[in-house]
Amino acid sequence: MTATRLPLHRRLREYGLDSVTLLLIPAVLFVLALFIYPFLYGLVLSFHPKAGGWLANYAKFFSEPFLYDTISITLVIAVPVTILNVLLSVPVALRVRLMRRQRLLTTILVIPITLGTVMVAEGLLTYLGPRGWLNRVLLEFGLADSPVRLVHNYWGVMLSLVITGFPFTFLLTLSYVTGIDPALEQAGAVLGARPRERFQRILLPLLAPGLAITLALAFVQAFTVFPSAILLGAPAGPTRVISIVAYQAAFEQYDYPLASAIAMLMAAVQLLVISALLAARTVLFRGPVSTGKG
Amino acid sequence: MRRSIGEQIWACAVWTLVGFFVLNLVGMIGSVVVNSFGTHWFNTWLPAGYTSQWYVLAWNEFQLPDILIVTAEVVGTVVLLSALIGVPAAYAMARRNFPGKQAVMFLFLLPLLVPPITYGIPMATVLYQVHLAGTIWGVILANLVPTVPFVILIMIPFVEQIDPRIEAAARVFGAGMLRLFLQVLVPLLLPGMLAAMLLALVRTIAMFELTFLTSGPTSQTLVVALYYAVFAAGVRPGQSIDAMAVVYMVTTLVWLLIALRFVNPTQIVTRAKR
Repeated sequence: MTATRLPLHRRLREYGLDSVTLLLIPAVLFVLALFIYPFLYGLVLSFHPKAGGWLANYAKFFSEPFLYDTISITLVIAVPVTILNVLLSVPVALRVRLMRRQRLLTTILVIPITLGTVMVAEGLLTYLGPRGWLNRVLLEFGLADSPVRLVHNYWGVMLSLVITGFPFTFLLTLSYVTGIDPALEQAGAVLGARPRERFQRILLPLLAPGLAITLALAFVQAFTVFPSAILLGAPAGPTRVISIVAYQAAFEQYDYPLASAIAMLMAAVQLLVISALLAARTVLFRGPVSTGKG
Repeated sequence: MRRSIGEQIWACAVWTLVGFFVLNLVGMIGSVVVNSFGTHWFNTWLPAGYTSQWYVLAWNEFQLPDILIVTAEVVGTVVLLSALIGVPAAYAMARRNFPGKQAVMFLFLLPLLVPPITYGIPMATVLYQVHLAGTIWGVILANLVPTVPFVILIMIPFVEQIDPRIEAAARVFGAGMLRLFLQVLVPLLLPGMLAAMLLALVRTIAMFELTFLTSGPTSQTLVVALYYAVFAAGVRPGQSIDAMAVVYMVTTLVWLLIALRFVNPTQIVTRAKR
């Protein structure tokens, strides 16, 4: 190494760029090549339709009810299940945080997440089917006259999203809840706040930023429901979600530009909902939240 | 602290809810296991008799040996490569501040936040164009996209725990980058690496979407084969599909239990929370 090169070497090091920083290069290149590049490629490809002008794919999507209906179909599944999962998670997480031995419950709840949607779909097909245990209980106890249809329709997909989605939102909420200093709530109790007031005035504002993120992540997962919508739902009708048409465009019609356009629209809807949620968070909870955390 | 009646009712309601959820979960898993061992099961609580013939059938009909070998190859390669790429990157992220670090962090978070089906379709398109999709390497590359950032995010706090003076001492005694890594950092980071690799392993076994979009007939993993079996239900007896599901479940849960010896269950979801 010559003396003239040393200053540059040192200057770079002052910016934190040295041989250690170079260890990042493989990982960064990898993500750029297999995540960023395909995404941009898909975006460009979506403007090069098989036929018609540069916007033809998007025009096609929004002119055929068969295609654009999938957005509302997916939202009708994803929005209620997301809200339900988060609403159920908050009281359960607030209760579980008081438990000393949480490990068993969290281990049980992590199982459906680990098994994944395909396995849950197969399990629910057996369990919720006309001859499954659930219908047996309903018939035996006289709660239903004939087996209730819970598979191959909207409810099958909905329930599969509860089975995999609730543990996810619960574990995420639990991690936020346990991050809140219990002294804050005790102080509220000492000052005479009842449980409901403590929840509304102390816990909820502190929990709100975490809940917004939980809602966003849970929504994104539910919005991209795929295997269970095919296996447990009615993929030709009420559960024809947007990921199914994207998949069919790519791998059944081999129309990659249209498939890319649908994938981009999928990303756009997710982005819209997430930005709306994060915007709502900053509008609704300003001021005390940022200072109360300490 | 004494609780009021209202609070007790509320607590009761919450535990009933949790109990109901767990009951249905056990019912779901239980009915698959029971069905896979049952001879005939029609309008009764339990099957008429028990047999293991469905496992033999599934083993032969679904070409389970081949599928298990492919799964092991894919998962093993993904875990090793993600550690090889991810651990040094995590080390750099934990130890250095440089301009654009936040952008790099964001770059690593994106594949974990964007759902696989959204980026999987353009990614599969690109992999088909370079003729990698359909091969085992296409499946491996696709599965590395979320696992490399996943390993990085898990490893960063583990690196931060290590006292930088240990590394400084090693350097003073003349250890180069490679020796520093192999003789000082890897032994110290072993628990974290084990946790990260086991979680990456469990995630890869269960990763359906990316494998489904990029695999061909000879590069299916267990979860994709299970999907095709359920999709074509009716072609083969339902019990043999459930037998295959049990094989998948055992494979996943054994590794989950091993992984849980090193990590807390909540960590499985919270790594990507920001």
